Amino acid sequence: MAGWAAARPVLRGEVPLEAAPVALPPPAALPANERRRTTEIIRLALAVAEEALSDQTGDFASVFATSEGDLYIVDRICRALLMPERPVSPTLFHNSVHNAPAGYLSIARHNPAPYSSLSAVDGSVAAGLLEAVTQVVTEGTDVLLVAYDGPPPEPLYGKRPIAGVFGAALLLTPDGEGATGARLGIAPATGETEPTPCSSPALERMRTGNPAARILPLLSALAAEAAQTIILPGLGGSRLRVEVQP
Amino acid sequence: MLPLAITASTVVSALGRGKAENWQALREARSGLQPVDRQDCFPTWWGEVAGLDDLALTGAWQAHECRNHRLARLALKLDGFVEQVRAAVEAYGGARVGLFVGTSTSGIAETERAYAASAPDLATLPEGFDLDKTHNIGALADFVRRWLGLSGPAVSLSTACSSSAKVFASAARAIGAGLCDAAVVGGVDSLCLTTLYGFHSLNLVSPEPCRPWDRDRQGINIGEAAGFMLLEREGGRAGSRVEARLLGYGESADAHHMSTPHPQGLGARSAMQQALARAGIAAQEIGYINLHGTATPSNDAAEDAAVAGVFGRTVACSSTKGWTGHTLGAAGIVEAVFTTLVLQHQWVPGTLNLQTPDPALQVAVRREGGAQAIRHAMSNSFGFGGSNCSLVFGL
Repeated sequence: MAGWAAARPVLRGEVPLEAAPVALPPPAALPANERRRTTEIIRLALAVAEEALSDQTGDFASVFATSEGDLYIVDRICRALLMPERPVSPTLFHNSVHNAPAGYLSIARHNPAPYSSLSAVDGSVAAGLLEAVTQVVTEGTDVLLVAYDGPPPEPLYGKRPIAGVFGAALLLTPDGEGATGARLGIAPATGETEPTPCSSPALERMRTGNPAARILPLLSALAAEAAQTIILPGLGGSRLRVEVQP
Repeated sequence: MLPLAITASTVVSALGRGKAENWQALREARSGLQPVDRQDCFPTWWGEVAGLDDLALTGAWQAHECRNHRLARLALKLDGFVEQVRAAVEAYGGARVGLFVGTSTSGIAETERAYAASAPDLATLPEGFDLDKTHNIGALADFVRRWLGLSGPAVSLSTACSSSAKVFASAARAIGAGLCDAAVVGGVDSLCLTTLYGFHSLNLVSPEPCRPWDRDRQGINIGEAAGFMLLEREGGRAGSRVEARLLGYGESADAHHMSTPHPQGLGARSAMQQALARAGIAAQEIGYINLHGTATPSNDAAEDAAVAGVFGRTVACSSTKGWTGHTLGAAGIVEAVFTTLVLQHQWVPGTLNLQTPDPALQVAVRREGGAQAIRHAMSNSFGFGGSNCSLVFGL
C-alpha cells in the first residue's frame, strides 16, 4: 500500500492486499547533504509525513511514534563497537537518536514548532495518538502524528521479527468551524476490552506483525468513512478508545 | 498554565543517592566526575553511579535486568518517592496517575553486551537477552509502570538530551486535558559504549573534567543518572506536601541541524520565552537559570546568545554539568530536581571547573555558589535534532 490512494480500496475491502516491496523516495525537501545521511527507516517516516502534509502550509507540532526506532543503525554501531578502536561513524551516531526523523522533518519544513518522539513498545501507536490529540486539545495547534516501524537486520531480527515496513501519518487539527475530514474522540479505556482486529486475515497479519500497523483498524474506519469505535492497545494491558465519526 | 504541585522527588547521580547527598555535593563544590579507568578507552572523565554492579534485577524482574533499570529502581526507592506515589494511587486510582519518562538510549548497553557475547559470527544473540524489555525506548516506561503499579497513560519520550525535560510538558498537558489527576515524570540514562564512542566520534568528549562557559572548554563528560517527580493538581490530595511548583514549560525545534545547535540559539530562545509566557511571569522575575551548559563550544555559545537575548547579561545562572557530567536523557529531570532544591534552600550553585570565562560569551555565569533570595527559577535542556525545552519552577 504505497500511499493513501492505493491503501484506501484495500482498507475498504474492495481490493485484496498484495504483498510487494514499497519504494521509499529520498526526502526531496531535505538539502542534498542531509538527504544522503538518511536511512531507510528515516525515509519511511518522512515519506508518510510528507504525504499527510501535502496540503499543510503553516507550522505544525509533530509526534513520532515508533517502537524500535532504527535498529539498522543500532546494528551497525554495535558491530563497530566490537572492532579495534571502536570506530563509530559520527553520521550514524547522530542518526541513532530516536528523534532523528522528527529532527529531519523539522529541518526539511523549516518548522520551529515542537516535536516529540516516543515509544511504548507495542502500544506506541496508542501512546502517540494520545500525545498528539492532547496537544491539539490543550495547545490548539495542528499536530502531525507519524507511526513507523520496520524489520531489523539479523541478529536483532531473531529477537524482534517485525514483518515488513509499515508507516502511517495523520494530520490532526482542532475541531470547530471550517474543520474538515473525519472527527476523532479519544479516551483511555478500562477493563478487559480486546483491541479491535482488522477485518481481513491479511490485514490482521500485518497489524500484529508490525507495532506501527496497530493503527490499521483506525485507518480502515477512516477509509470506510463510517462511524466506528476502535480499541487500540497501549503499554502493558492498557487500552485507548477511539471514536471515529466521518 | 495552571501551576502543578511537585509533591515528591528523587535523584541518583554520580554525586550520590537521593536529594540530600546530591545537594551536599553541590554545596561543597565536590564533583562526581572520575577518570575513565577502562584500559582501552581514550582519555576522558565520566560521572558513574557507584554500586550499580551489586543491584541486579532478579526473580520476577529478571527479564527487565539492565543497567538502566537498576538505576531507575534505585532512584524510585529513595526520598520516600514510592510512598507518595502509593498515596496518590490510593487517592486518585491507579488509572488516573500518568507516567511520562525520558531516555535517550534506554538499556542499549544490554544489546552491546549481547553482540559482544555473540561475536565474532553474530549468528544469534544470547537466549536470555530481551530486546523489548531492556533496550527498547519504551522498556523504561514499561518497567517503571510495573514497578509502581500504575495503570494510567504511560510512555517513554526520547528526544535526545531534552527527553526528561519534555516529559513535564506532556504531563502538564495530560493533567490539563483531564486524562489524569497526577503524573510521575522522570528520566533515566546509563553509561554505555554507544554514547561514549558516539559523542567521541563527533569530537564532543572532553579529555578533562568538563568546563562549562570556560574559554578552554573541550566538550562534555558523559554521566549517568535517574530522577523522578510526582506532579499533581494543587490541593488534589489531602496529606501531600508541596516541595515546589511547575509553573511553565516551553518547547521548540531548531529546524537547523541534526547535531549542531542554531548558532544564535533561536530555538532555545523561543523555548525560554514560551516557558515564561505559560508561567505568566516576566524575564526579570527569574532568579536563577540552571543552564544546559554542556561545555561543548557550540552549545555554550548558542545558549549564551539565547539567554542574553531573553534575560540580559547579569541574570544568575550556572551549569551543574561539572558535578554530574552530561546525563543526556536524564539531564532534564536531574536539573529539574536541582532547580527545585535551589528554590527550597535559597542557595545558588556556581559552575564547577569554570576558571577563565570565555570572553566571547556575554552572560556572566556564576563561578561560586552563594545564598540568594529566589522565587522563580528556570531549567534548560537542549538535544540533538534541535529539540529544546525550558521549564519554569516556583515555590
